[in-house]
Amino acid sequence: MVPIAYYLVLAAVLFSIGIGAFLIKRNVITIFISIELMLNAVNLTFVAFAHRWHQIGGQIFVFFVMVVAAAEAAVGLAIIIAIFRTRRTLNVDEIDLMNS
Amino acid sequence: MQLALFLIFGALAVAGALNLLFQRHPINSALSLVVVMMSLAVLYWSLGAEFLAAAQVIVYSGAIMVLFVFVIMLLNAGEEERTSGSRAAYNVGIPGAVAIFCVLAFVFLSEGSALGTANVGGRLANGLDNIAEVSSVLFTKLLLPFEVTSILILVAIVGAVVLARKEQ
Repeated sequence: MVPIAYYLVLAAVLFSIGIGAFLIKRNVITIFISIELMLNAVNLTFVAFAHRWHQIGGQIFVFFVMVVAAAEAAVGLAIIIAIFRTRRTLNVDEIDLMNS
Repeated sequence: MQLALFLIFGALAVAGALNLLFQRHPINSALSLVVVMMSLAVLYWSLGAEFLAAAQVIVYSGAIMVLFVFVIMLLNAGEEERTSGSRAAYNVGIPGAVAIFCVLAFVFLSEGSALGTANVGGRLANGLDNIAEVSSVLFTKLLLPFEVTSILILVAIVGAVVLARKEQ
């Protein structure tokens, strides 16, 4: 018997760490990894609420989030490879073509 | 028993996430995220989502993270260096993340009694297996979205090949 609120607080902890890592990290691959961490935290919330309300919809939603995350990872990593090939760096501070 | 399971794997997930934050090398961050995903798979199982627990292990920590590790090794990514941008992000990022956590935790804990408790092995509706329930909804009511995701994956594959191709 675990309160559902504990699961939700754990998801909030993981999501906040994901936000912190997204803002602090300077390597574009690590930033991408922290986005995956935030997606996982949200998935945990969906599963916890699906358990609470006895609805399968939450689990189906997590399934679709996983599919979209897989597609996103493939395209995002291809973009990172393309950036590295042209700019020779992975540091987000040096990828500032639209800023200057 | 479920509380012990939750505490062990919840602590493991938080430790993995913090390690992701503090490691400077991308490959260490990627492997910490695998730890987080495996612990979350156990937590999904304890919430009665057996199919999602298996999919989490196979799709997330099996396929997506291997893709990440491949790209990190392909690009030979070294340790990241600290810049002025990271100092500014520290000053804004840490308080912002803490504030979001405080708001979420306050809402969840103050509504804790309305949210109830989780029982391990609990069935959802109708007393069906988890996987039977998921598949019956996925292949009847949500058949069109399910098929559309296959087109999405196809477009993503073609896009990844086009983007990662060497310029002629």
